[in-house]
Amino acid sequence: MLADKDRIFTNIYGWEPFSLDAAKKRGDWDNTKDILAKGRDAIIAEMKASGLRGRGGAGFPTGMKWSFMPKESDGRPHYLVINADESEPGTCKDRDILRHEPHKLLEGALIAGFAMGAHRAYIYMRGEFCNEGSTINRAIREAYDAGLLGKNAAGSGWDFDVVLHRGAGAYICGEETALIESIEGKKGQPRNKPPFPAGAGLYACPTTVNNVETIAVAPSILRRGGAWFAGLGKDEKNTGTKLFCISGHVNNRCNVEEEMGIPLKDLIEKHAGGVRGGWDNLLAIIPGGSSTPLLPKHICDTVTMDFDSLRAVQSGLGTAGVIVMDKSTDIVGAIARLSHFYMHESCGQCTPCREGTGWLYRIMQRMAVGNATLDEIDMLLDLTKEIEGHTICAHGDASAWPIQGLFRHFRPEVEKRIMEYRKEAA
Amino acid sequence: MPKLKINNTEIEVPAGTSILQAAELLGYEVPRFCYHDKLSVPANCRMCLVEVKGAPKPVASCAMACGENMEVLTESAMVTKARHGVMEMMLINHPLDCPICDQGGECDLQDQAFGYGFDRSRYTEDKRAKSDPDMGPLIKTVMTRCIQCTRCVRFSEEIAGVSDIGMMNRGEDAEITTFVEKAINSELSGNLVDVCPVGALTNKPYAFTARPWELRKTESIDVHDAVGTNIRIDARGNEVMRVLPRLNEDVNEEWMADKSRYAIDGLKRARLDRPYIRDEASDELREASWDEALSLVAKKLTGVSADRVAAMVGSLCDTESMLALKDLMLSLGVRNIDCRTDGTLFDPTQRCGYVMNTTIAGLEQADAILLVGTNPRWEAPLVNARIRKNWLAKRVKVGLIGEQKDLTYPYTHIGSGPESLASDHSFFEILKSAKNPVIIVGQGTFLRPDGEAIHAALYEFATKMGVVRDDWNGFNVLQTAASRVGALDIGFVPQAHGLNAYGILTASQNDQMDVLYLLGVDEFNVEASLGNKTFVIYQGHHGDQGAVRADVILPGAAYTEKDGLYVNTEGRVQMAKKAVSAPGEAREDWRILRALSEKTGRVLSYDNLHQLRARLVKDYPQFGKIGAVVPANWKSFGVKGDVRKHMFHGAVDNYYMTNAISRLSPTMAKCTQVFVGHDELAEAAE
Repeated sequence: MLADKDRIFTNIYGWEPFSLDAAKKRGDWDNTKDILAKGRDAIIAEMKASGLRGRGGAGFPTGMKWSFMPKESDGRPHYLVINADESEPGTCKDRDILRHEPHKLLEGALIAGFAMGAHRAYIYMRGEFCNEGSTINRAIREAYDAGLLGKNAAGSGWDFDVVLHRGAGAYICGEETALIESIEGKKGQPRNKPPFPAGAGLYACPTTVNNVETIAVAPSILRRGGAWFAGLGKDEKNTGTKLFCISGHVNNRCNVEEEMGIPLKDLIEKHAGGVRGGWDNLLAIIPGGSSTPLLPKHICDTVTMDFDSLRAVQSGLGTAGVIVMDKSTDIVGAIARLSHFYMHESCGQCTPCREGTGWLYRIMQRMAVGNATLDEIDMLLDLTKEIEGHTICAHGDASAWPIQGLFRHFRPEVEKRIMEYRKEAA
Repeated sequence: MPKLKINNTEIEVPAGTSILQAAELLGYEVPRFCYHDKLSVPANCRMCLVEVKGAPKPVASCAMACGENMEVLTESAMVTKARHGVMEMMLINHPLDCPICDQGGECDLQDQAFGYGFDRSRYTEDKRAKSDPDMGPLIKTVMTRCIQCTRCVRFSEEIAGVSDIGMMNRGEDAEITTFVEKAINSELSGNLVDVCPVGALTNKPYAFTARPWELRKTESIDVHDAVGTNIRIDARGNEVMRVLPRLNEDVNEEWMADKSRYAIDGLKRARLDRPYIRDEASDELREASWDEALSLVAKKLTGVSADRVAAMVGSLCDTESMLALKDLMLSLGVRNIDCRTDGTLFDPTQRCGYVMNTTIAGLEQADAILLVGTNPRWEAPLVNARIRKNWLAKRVKVGLIGEQKDLTYPYTHIGSGPESLASDHSFFEILKSAKNPVIIVGQGTFLRPDGEAIHAALYEFATKMGVVRDDWNGFNVLQTAASRVGALDIGFVPQAHGLNAYGILTASQNDQMDVLYLLGVDEFNVEASLGNKTFVIYQGHHGDQGAVRADVILPGAAYTEKDGLYVNTEGRVQMAKKAVSAPGEAREDWRILRALSEKTGRVLSYDNLHQLRARLVKDYPQFGKIGAVVPANWKSFGVKGDVRKHMFHGAVDNYYMTNAISRLSPTMAKCTQVFVGHDELAEAAE
């Protein structure tokens, strides 16, 4: 269990005010100037040493990502874009950072922006985050008034502006290139890669898009050292602490900061008050937000919560949005509901996702009541393969994975429903 | 220059070449829907997926640039499976109504479904329904067939420069539609039909009339403006069913203006299909035989003093027949000949003074463009599209002297009349300092009594601005008539002491002109412009302005019905081919003139088109270089004189009705109503 001294988000529950004064008491904005004085290369080296992997879902090493930005500007400005479009079902960690720890984010933005040569950061915030938007705005104002942002930010000699950009509530705008399009004022549709944002991103300038949590942990890492962060966690590839969001059929739904690689069972038993009706009442868990394939109980018994262990059981850490489902759950109906979500949120530009997500949903809807044939199961899985990997962005994959996970572990359940439905119909 | 292997064949390509393009160079066909080589690359159809060794997923070949040592497979098992999947997705919501679809037989989706489709559908759910937006009188929409490739959206935003259509909504509900349910207000909208790979956008007037495999295809040249668009005429039997653009990067790329595409239904209406003679007693036209009509014409032409005879040619004439008419007139001693029937006055002696010296493709190199007295959007939509292309690529600076119209790109308005040329507007500094400056002069500049003086002033201005140097000629005159440059090239202008068009009309009004020969002249109100005593011979194909006043009508052939040479506004000689026969007793124009010459006793020296063309090339060697532009030498032109301060007016009032064919086209009438405004149509009806 994570010791209190190693906790980064000490105000994640909002027991103290988010204001600058309170945040400073918690250690934020403490000698930020000295961190910047180390220089770009040292900051990136420290981030690399910490082993921090992107907290937005894909888990790409953050230090490496920052190092992709051109060392020297070719005349184009560099941009840092912070992805606060947290919309993955089951995930609510960024929201609490925005609510209660906004200064961690702003300080991280300054450090990250400096490390990649950017003088401007955009925070792209989900449209539904109304109060969080005003919180961030107040925090930005406080920081400007205190000289922590703006010209000569925090006395570092580096000019740095932070701009809050509100989205309109489309899930796909959390995809980094769709997010960039949206900031540019266009329809939020993902771009083809390459070119990657580090080469040509926002307004065709070098851009790095990072998740809120990734940016917010950066100051603590740099203050306490990459070695400290790397010392936490499971192994050298899954380091540090992570915010887990536990929802669903548990006694105490919560956000909690824990060490990477904590056993899933421990996480739920210790922090979420256990599964409703006891661990044995568990049916399945979606470990990393709705797009990751679910895990049945026998895997949940032993699996640890980190990128590589979850990948080994054909799921993923994703955003660490843990959705717990007990035995009262209509598991097929639950996945069908997720299919509806992915159909509704597809941007519609590329063929497999636009056409396929609707088709998947309609079949899933029928399967939830058993109104299907047995060979349609294989057809459905074949369809998920037709979508997966053939689309511009990962939305197609995200729509396919939950269904693949369902049939990997609960195929007999679906078959049973189909047989029962046919018996009744006859 | 990355070197890579495609299907184990090595190829070296210029940096930035996409895998799809490289594969095509090697002859490997990669299926695609959204990719179009003239438009931006969205890579959204996902049909062109290929396998790149080392990449975990198939890669969209249209958007991926070739890399050093890449190994690409375009036909592997992974690729085929991916394409089958994409094709299945493409077809689930497609109505598969090919038997009643006008795209059937020339549909990309049909062709590629043949290669990658399953033989039956696994889709048992309900298909998606969509409403069809009204895109105006030219484009028919059936949006259930749409595969959301967005080619039409990209065309209208990038090439046509109008934002009337786009993709609305998202996911399954994504649909291509007009934002506010209105017609696509562009002179290039017909190209949406061509870029649409399926039957979602089709040619409205052509709907349900023919199947592509029934059509006889003739490669020809368009005459509705002076661009000389390369076209393909599709005919069934003796009827022109539709016209499509042909690729010619130097002229029209692969686009075509709407009038050229849609005015063809005018070819079936009000045609002159037999000779007519005005009965002296009843003053009405009566049918006549060729022999009778030609004898009468010959009698009239030879029976009066040559000074009291004149000939004019209209905007749709082929060069051969104009040369035959000129030869005939000169043999009769007639010197009053002119081709400037639209009322323009300029110095026709120097070729550099009446052609587009820069050439249309050359406009892409310009870095400052001054438009004088022209609305290129209406006078030559494809020239306007080139300017826009340049603007889109490198934001070329454009200045305008004349009427302010929406040209689809921003410009600086300098002034309205010729006095602006003498001003010290800041744009002239841009023009002067530009590497490749361009001046485009429209016909509106010369549509006034002081046209020749303005012509001279423009020469001085061009010299002052330094738009001409050894390797660059930036002076351009944008013609509006397909026949004009050809007529000027063969010298169909007043001979020594002859009268020009104005002089001929004045003489007629003063009863000093006995016989007037009009070859396809419909550019002005003939009846109102001539005196009563003039005997008018009209040779042409439509019962329009000229035929109404005619005393003898000799029925000729329209541009689809004869072989002919046309010279476009650049001075490019292009050959049009006969696609169908002229109706009834109508004949090709040069034949009529040849037959007439026999009756006059001054027989023209050629018996067939070959000999006529040989005669043409002998005196005017540039006509021997079909398809090429022969550059004109830079010499001074114009007649110095006083220039008045009146503002320039455009040469075209209504893009959709500029010649006999388009004035009689029902489709163009609808367009006039929708795009130009009701008032004008109401006026025309009165």
